[in-house]
Amino acid sequence: MDPLILARWQFGLTTVYHFLFVPLTLGIGWFVAYMQTRYYQTRDENYRKMTKFWGKLFLINFAIGVVTGIVQEFQFGMNWSEYSRYVGDIFGAPLAIEALLAFFLESTFIGIWIFGEGRVPERVHLASIWLAAIGANLSALWILMANGWMQHPVGYFINEANGRAELVDFFALITNPKGWVFFWHTISAGFATAAFLIIGVSAYHIVRKQHLEIFKPSFRMGALVGIIASVMVFLGGHEQGVFMYKHQPMKFASVEAHWETSAPADFSILTIGDATGRQEIWSFRTSQLGIPGVLSFLACNNFECEVKGVNNLQAEYEALYGPGNYIPLMVVTYWTFRIMMTIGFIMIVLAAFFLWATRGNLENARWMKWVPWVIALPYIANINGWILTEMGRQPWIVQGLLKVEDAVSPNLTTVDLLISLIGYTLIYGALAFAMFYLIKKYATAGPEATLKHSVDPAPELVGAQD
Amino acid sequence: MSYEFLQILWFILIAVLWIGFFFLEGFDFGVGMLLPFFGKKDIERRAVINTIGPTWDGNEVWLLTAGGATFAAFPHWYATMFSGFYLALFLLLVGLIIRGISFEYRSKDANPKWRNTFDWMIAVGSFLAALLLGAAFANLARGVPIDANMGVVCPDGNPCANNLIVTFNLLNPYGLLGGLATVAVFLVHGANFMALKFEGELRERASTWAWKLWMGAVVAVLLLTAGTYFYTDILTKMGVNPGITPILSLATLLATGYFIKGKREGWAFILLSLHIVLTQVTFFMLMFPRVMVSSLNPAWSLTIYNASSSEYTLTVMSIIALIFVPIVLAYQGWTYWMFRKRITADKKSLVY
Repeated sequence: MDPLILARWQFGLTTVYHFLFVPLTLGIGWFVAYMQTRYYQTRDENYRKMTKFWGKLFLINFAIGVVTGIVQEFQFGMNWSEYSRYVGDIFGAPLAIEALLAFFLESTFIGIWIFGEGRVPERVHLASIWLAAIGANLSALWILMANGWMQHPVGYFINEANGRAELVDFFALITNPKGWVFFWHTISAGFATAAFLIIGVSAYHIVRKQHLEIFKPSFRMGALVGIIASVMVFLGGHEQGVFMYKHQPMKFASVEAHWETSAPADFSILTIGDATGRQEIWSFRTSQLGIPGVLSFLACNNFECEVKGVNNLQAEYEALYGPGNYIPLMVVTYWTFRIMMTIGFIMIVLAAFFLWATRGNLENARWMKWVPWVIALPYIANINGWILTEMGRQPWIVQGLLKVEDAVSPNLTTVDLLISLIGYTLIYGALAFAMFYLIKKYATAGPEATLKHSVDPAPELVGAQD
Repeated sequence: MSYEFLQILWFILIAVLWIGFFFLEGFDFGVGMLLPFFGKKDIERRAVINTIGPTWDGNEVWLLTAGGATFAAFPHWYATMFSGFYLALFLLLVGLIIRGISFEYRSKDANPKWRNTFDWMIAVGSFLAALLLGAAFANLARGVPIDANMGVVCPDGNPCANNLIVTFNLLNPYGLLGGLATVAVFLVHGANFMALKFEGELRERASTWAWKLWMGAVVAVLLLTAGTYFYTDILTKMGVNPGITPILSLATLLATGYFIKGKREGWAFILLSLHIVLTQVTFFMLMFPRVMVSSLNPAWSLTIYNASSSEYTLTVMSIIALIFVPIVLAYQGWTYWMFRKRITADKKSLVY
């Protein structure tokens, strides 16, 4: 097997796996901080229980995000050394800043929060959960700025003397609109992920008519944040589309299986392409429903504008960058987008419905027993979104500057990559198993279990010397 | 600020990050390795973990920051070392993953098998990390086969068939010595730290363990010192009399034993910390201005001049570092102050 393919699979798997846990961390930290603040203000014991309960799930999830994040930071140098050499002058900066500004904040204050109750002043303990949440979100900001640069490079020049990209405008790097739209979209998705987890777990307890004083307010909070966040995700996604149309037209066209340039352009409801990925066999588009120009609207907010087609862009890129295939793997970009968007719409509708339903009698509603399944929705959407944005940039690792095939570490062989790929897969699989077990255990056990302290000694210790 | 000044400044800053990491995470690794041996009952193991519980994660960020700063300031160093030491770093990551997750998960289930498994994962992970980092640093000083294109190759100058061979070459006698000495010193560092954090019987036990472990560390460090004269260019770089730093580094290690024996935990901890810091300072003095020594041709070594980022990037990063590093140091130091109270192995005080 080609080392390049294996390196790509490894990056994809480790990144998607890492991103399974990140959105929840981003969102649920704010919930826990808010709940603890309410307890601090009102001394209502229910808020304390809520803090403890959701805080426990937060921590179990947080731990995996942290340990899988280390891999990400090392992987650029390990697997993509030519990339690191070529763009390190620019890309290294946000990564270093992320560690310095965000990781320290997050991990120091999460430590204080876990161990500090009753040992540090209560106000410090409260501040530490806020700071941990801020740290986690700051970390997202910096890594998305770094990724934003890969999608839309700014503030650089190519130094012919040493053959690499160098930073000339740090301000452009940190104000890169692509990074900020990413941040908006991702943070909203984090809130939505946390909201749906809270909705789903609360529903589990509400149908069992247990701990209603904890889970009904939690459900309401989840539904309220859920509707706002889902709408924000949608708006951020639309901004991404408009931006992509302008700066990554090939990605935009491939998402739509839009082969030939047209104005107005049509949104595809279902398209089947042929094996070459260059033309369609059959497709059903919005104009067949009598609404032309939907894709134009997604691209530029009016129903008229021209959207360039994949085949025309391919010809343009060949003239610009030389011969090669500049079309992303369309079956992936096309379907990931549709899955993500469909789920996004379902989430908006569901969140609105849940919010409306909180006015009634939740514990007797017959549909409530199905609600825990909604937890899966944001996860599916998150993964698809991430795959879409990374696969849509192919064959580029940095849009227009460096191709993925030129970025991989030249010294690595199939053997090396098989070892690490299989190793990560096994360890990550085991981690997922342990994590799922714990989340399920604590989520279904209710707040009493999380109030019990985890230092309660085990009855015996296997392997101890006495 | 001239370009060269910035390159030197970033060499020093990255050295500071590594020194901070070895000093702080050193006792975390030591405590982690000792955990299943030292803690005989579950409550004792919980107490052992709690000595580093609130702070280990923050300490580990020193490593991530060192990695990030290396990427930003010396991209070629980052690219050559991380791709060259591929499988060794993979193992390091495995160690850090299984260790990090275990701190969080071990107490979340009461099944003794569950807890014991995670306790051993903490120990094995800490051991792997200490051993590999020590071996990697020893190899940086000894020199690795780096070709004219800044790639790590085999000793004959040709690309290695795979990274297993490179990894095997890293485990040369000097590399192993570096790894073992690091493990040995971290074990003492961990025991010292526990002696400082515990009260009562556990404090006594930690002191006794520190004394025994100290003897092993002295042997390992003396061997490493001898090896350094044999395998590195310290004689040409620093002379027979290497100067005050390495001599003080050895002296502080020896003095540590005196204070361990006298049950003065504070001094023992400070002196061994100094030993770790001074050893690292010696390492970076030996390296300067190189960041990776090529064993094939001195001209192919990576230096702060041929591996660095542009002047503009270094300037920007310097400003950011000068603002934020003091803030980070302040709140991290303050955390230790917050959790300065000693720990006993009774249930009430271990609550979290």
